[in-house]
Amino acid sequence: MKTTSANRLSRRVFSSLLFALVALFTQPISALPQQKNSKEELLVLPGETGRSGGRLVVSLRAEPKTLNPLIALDVSSREVIGVMQADLVHINRATQLTEPALAKSWKISPDGLQYTLVLRRGLKFSDGSPLDADDVLFTFRVYLDEKVHAPQRDLLIFDGKPISVRKVDAQTLVFQLPKPYGVAERMFDGWAILPRHLLEKPYEEGKIGQLGTLTTPAKEWAGLGPFRLKEYVAGQRLVLERNPYYWKTDTKGNRLPYLDELVFLFVPNADAQVLRFQSGESDMISRLSAENFSVLSRDQKDYTMVDAGPGLEYNFFFFNLSDPGEKTPAEMVQKQKWFREVKFRRAVSAAVDREAIVRLVYQGRGTALWGLVTPGNRRWRDEKLPHPARSLEEARALLKEAGFSWDTASNGESTLHDSTGRPVEFSIIAQSSSSERSKMAAVIQDDLKQLGMRVQVVPLESRSLLDRVTQAKEYDACVLGAASYDADPNSDINVWLSSGGLHLWNPSQAHPATPWEAEIDRLFNEQMYARTFEQRKNLYDRAQEILREYQPMIFLASPDILAGAKKSVGNFRPAVLEPYVLWNVEQLYLENDAVNATR
Amino acid sequence: MRVKRAISGWLVLLVVLHATVIFAGFFSPYDPAEQDRKNPYLPPMRVHFVDARGRFHARPFVYSLRLHEGSFDQYEEDTSRPVPLKFLVRGASYHLLGLLPARLHLFGVQDERIYLLGSDSYGRDQLSRFLYGGQVSLLAGLLGAGVTLLVGLCVGAVAGYFGGWRDDLLMRLAELFLALPWLYLLFALRAFLPLAVSPLQAFFLIIAVLGAVGWARPARLVRGVVLSAKERDFVRAARGFGATDAYLLRRHILPEASSVLLTQAAILVPQFVLAEMTLSFLGLGVPEPVPSWGSLLSSLQQYSVLASYWWMYLPALIMLPFFLGYLGLGGELQQRREPYKIGKEPGGLR
Repeated sequence: MKTTSANRLSRRVFSSLLFALVALFTQPISALPQQKNSKEELLVLPGETGRSGGRLVVSLRAEPKTLNPLIALDVSSREVIGVMQADLVHINRATQLTEPALAKSWKISPDGLQYTLVLRRGLKFSDGSPLDADDVLFTFRVYLDEKVHAPQRDLLIFDGKPISVRKVDAQTLVFQLPKPYGVAERMFDGWAILPRHLLEKPYEEGKIGQLGTLTTPAKEWAGLGPFRLKEYVAGQRLVLERNPYYWKTDTKGNRLPYLDELVFLFVPNADAQVLRFQSGESDMISRLSAENFSVLSRDQKDYTMVDAGPGLEYNFFFFNLSDPGEKTPAEMVQKQKWFREVKFRRAVSAAVDREAIVRLVYQGRGTALWGLVTPGNRRWRDEKLPHPARSLEEARALLKEAGFSWDTASNGESTLHDSTGRPVEFSIIAQSSSSERSKMAAVIQDDLKQLGMRVQVVPLESRSLLDRVTQAKEYDACVLGAASYDADPNSDINVWLSSGGLHLWNPSQAHPATPWEAEIDRLFNEQMYARTFEQRKNLYDRAQEILREYQPMIFLASPDILAGAKKSVGNFRPAVLEPYVLWNVEQLYLENDAVNATR
Repeated sequence: MRVKRAISGWLVLLVVLHATVIFAGFFSPYDPAEQDRKNPYLPPMRVHFVDARGRFHARPFVYSLRLHEGSFDQYEEDTSRPVPLKFLVRGASYHLLGLLPARLHLFGVQDERIYLLGSDSYGRDQLSRFLYGGQVSLLAGLLGAGVTLLVGLCVGAVAGYFGGWRDDLLMRLAELFLALPWLYLLFALRAFLPLAVSPLQAFFLIIAVLGAVGWARPARLVRGVVLSAKERDFVRAARGFGATDAYLLRRHILPEASSVLLTQAAILVPQFVLAEMTLSFLGLGVPEPVPSWGSLLSSLQQYSVLASYWWMYLPALIMLPFFLGYLGLGGELQQRREPYKIGKEPGGLR
């Protein structure tokens, strides 16, 4: 017995000594990233191996407002942050399934309340400082801090109680949830792990929200993503360089990313982006309209154009069903009487020619929609949801049932009247910046004219449109679109719940206004905490069916994700989830150096 | 003699062009708002006399277009079946001069649809839209010019005839209006109006704005003419005989300004047509689906349309004779007024 305990003791001493020795020796060595460190647990990515070097240029619609993941809201910022930061568990944008990222493995306790995540060993931030569990602890402390106002904070709160994080050892963390959460490990996607060594001091001084402007010196900013900050030229471009400490390799053991530099050009307008791409100034292009896509496909010179199929964007039409306040003009109250009539909304839905929208607006590169989940969302779409064809007869029958009638003028034009004899007239607001949605509104206008409704289309600037819909609530009807950022339905929680700010037809309700909205709330909440995918799917399908039955949103169409790249860009595989072309940026490479040398 | 003939030449051209626009319902084959959703961005159909096999047909015909295999927007002619053109056919109903219901159209085809100027993104006939759009744009130009000249005449006459503080006040006001950035004024005005404006309201709003900002230049011109006219001997003589101000203005002074006004009108009409087009181009004009020349061109804002569909430029080309007609008429009117002093008149052609 003695010997064994002595043995054990000596072994422990020895091992700790060895550890100290190893630490002593590896420290100076590991500062040089080229040296292979046996203790690094790198992620090996399958797929085509590329060649290193070169710079890739892409266009951004706007200058990113910040590099700080704690305050980023705009698309451009999110796109840039996406290539500079990394998360614990990542959703593969191509398979739409989760994959290990900074955490090499995770375990969920049987009651669904405890998530144990194990970090990869030997990982480093882009400035060379090591990552350990304390960084993760710090990260979630900051995200949860109310004073920081992180936009994602709500996702960590369950029934008013926050998630709690505990460190087990330098590599292991336990996340304790107040309630089982149906989304499971997907919830870790998108939470950029922050460098404690850089941010802790500013955080304690309450200045963390001011950090991460584009003018931050490159040395003072670090992340775990494939690229790090190099240079920012205001109004022109943002240059990122390869993160030499990045934690992924290809199958041959080459450190990723392949590219030396990634350049974001700020090109404010979609047509200008196309021109830049055509002239060879940028290497890749995404978020293309169908019309621009066919322009590029037609003069196909040295680029590959890809139609990745339907994405997660859904476009819809809705009536103002918000509670008329005391100040609401009588005319508005009268109009809302029509809008509140379910049969009226069903009639409108039946009269809308979705196939024409797909053809006229998306040149066929899109899909007609009857529900919120697009065909691009393979796991969650409801196969049973009926797809009734357009039928003006059905629409007329429904309107007749609801007490509407028609008047025919001498020239054969008929006008729809409600039971009190008022002609049905209303206006549709649409974003003037989106030619697609304006076009949809024009198609609907013409469709409804055939039912005798007199409809006007009013183009509005995006911000004033959203203000009207969510704040002032002064409008009749609106055409709008949204894109889920994840395939999981919880990413659209703000649309579904009656208390949600994007519950567009009647946003931010204190109590659900109708029994069916209450039922959707119930189903959605239940779905959130259900344990298995099947349970969740059933509940979610039911919620979609209610939506279809009451038609508060009349779904129109979903565009395909269209992208293009020069033929010299290797591993170009656009996904239908954001970021459409940069999701595998670490694997992108340039085949021909000569192309780049000329630049 | 030579000058007079030229005027009538420009006038005849304008009358013919305006007649086609006024009777748009008759000359256009379809309703301008009617969407043919199967045929967006259809290129113009060519009118043939000789078919694919080389045979001559006395009656002109077109070939219907079908989508090129595997394409969403490339069409080719279906030469297997010629579609003969029919004249004086019955089709979509319209109101002649806005009053008389009618169905007769100059030309059309049976069972198929004919697009001589191609179709737009909704499959609407561009020719019909051009003709109906001309009604809106030209009427806006004419009414706008009318309002402007009326206001300009009154203001200019008062300022020039009475002089003194009235002259100072009105002319400073005119300078203020000349300096006003009218486009931004219009943006601001539009923001104050209710959300949905019916096409008719929008139309009158445009005319009101055009008239309100355009009166300053003719007012200054009229003032100049009145200033010089009121010192003429016959005017002084009339005043000496006890003529009243109103009589003098009406009988002796304003007739002097009539030729200036006519020339101005010929110049202002196309200017205001252009102004209306600018507004519609920017989406501030008459709302869809009512066509106007500006909204016809507004799709050219998109690069894809510029690059792919050349026939969307055609309306711009066909508008040229209208503008040439007005400017030619303006030039000739000027020449008739001052046959020997062309170009020396201050404030003449601009």
